[in-house]
Amino acid sequence: MDPTGGTAADGVQDAYQDGNVLAGPLSEIFAVDLTAAMSRCAHCDSTGAVATLRVYGRPPALVARCPSCGEVVLRIVRSPTNTWLDLRGTVTLNIPMDTR
Amino acid sequence: MARAAVSGRLAARLRWQAAALVERREESPTARTLVFDLPGWAGHLPGQHVDVRLTAEDGYSTQRSYSIASAPDADRVELTVQRVPDGEVSPYLADDLRVGDAVEIRGPVGGWFVWRPEQAEPVLLVAGGSGVVPLMSMIRVRDMIGSRVPFRLLYSVRDPADRLYGPELDRGAPGLDTTWVYTRGTPDGWTRPAGRLTPDDLVRWGWPADFEPTCYVCGPTGFVEAAAGMLVALGHHPDRIRTERFGPSGG
Repeated sequence: MDPTGGTAADGVQDAYQDGNVLAGPLSEIFAVDLTAAMSRCAHCDSTGAVATLRVYGRPPALVARCPSCGEVVLRIVRSPTNTWLDLRGTVTLNIPMDTR
Repeated sequence: MARAAVSGRLAARLRWQAAALVERREESPTARTLVFDLPGWAGHLPGQHVDVRLTAEDGYSTQRSYSIASAPDADRVELTVQRVPDGEVSPYLADDLRVGDAVEIRGPVGGWFVWRPEQAEPVLLVAGGSGVVPLMSMIRVRDMIGSRVPFRLLYSVRDPADRLYGPELDRGAPGLDTTWVYTRGTPDGWTRPAGRLTPDDLVRWGWPADFEPTCYVCGPTGFVEAAAGMLVALGHHPDRIRTERFGPSGG
């Protein structure tokens, strides 16, 4: 079940997406795009764009893990009335601001 | 016309908006471009995506992210959807949604995997399968605004039937070099044997690392990890490699 024309490694099921898919859910809460922000992992201290996190699940419940150590960096769950955001795996977010 | 591309809304909180299908085009035996009417669309940056939400009569709802294929064009947004066998959403969008039917769309979103027209450096685009979609938006915006930034596209597909946007890419554009990488079957007389993307392909058809191009890599996870790893090994700085990968939930 390779969606892309056979370029994935044979027999390897892609189990995750990347942090780009967080852009929509996070845009419901934040006024700036957070996927371009650099996050620092609370477990291994590595930094990288939120867009490069490994995201498991699908809306309304997503878990984003550090690509370096695999620990949970961010969790987000959307109910009809609330958004629940767990950032315990994130030390900092360094957010580029649109200066235009 | 260029105004919409440059302004690209990144900072607004977004709402779901009803979008009617106005046209469907066949891009390959398994991929369709869907043209939606989105009144008041504020434009987008190439590489951005939208979330598409479908809601059944019983209230069950599901959503997926799809990259935008088109350049900004008034109230029209084009998505290219690859049908995933046994997928929950893509077969419906690709085959069953009728012209006039509406879905809900939220976007544009994403500020990482984007090309901004003010970027002056050369650009390397590396696509695996339907990963070409957001890269095509970059190519189309470059063309629309008359940019002279040199682009090179390496596009890996299984065989010629799986090519998306083949006629448009074959017509090409000044300053855009396109190289096809066939992994299973090639056209007659093709000199490169069928096989996966190699570092040699990136050396021959990409940019030298010391040109400091920005590299955009999009495709399935295995493809993206392999290609990004090769680029790093060839000396491209990781900060200049932007990736977008999709897994089974693309279905």
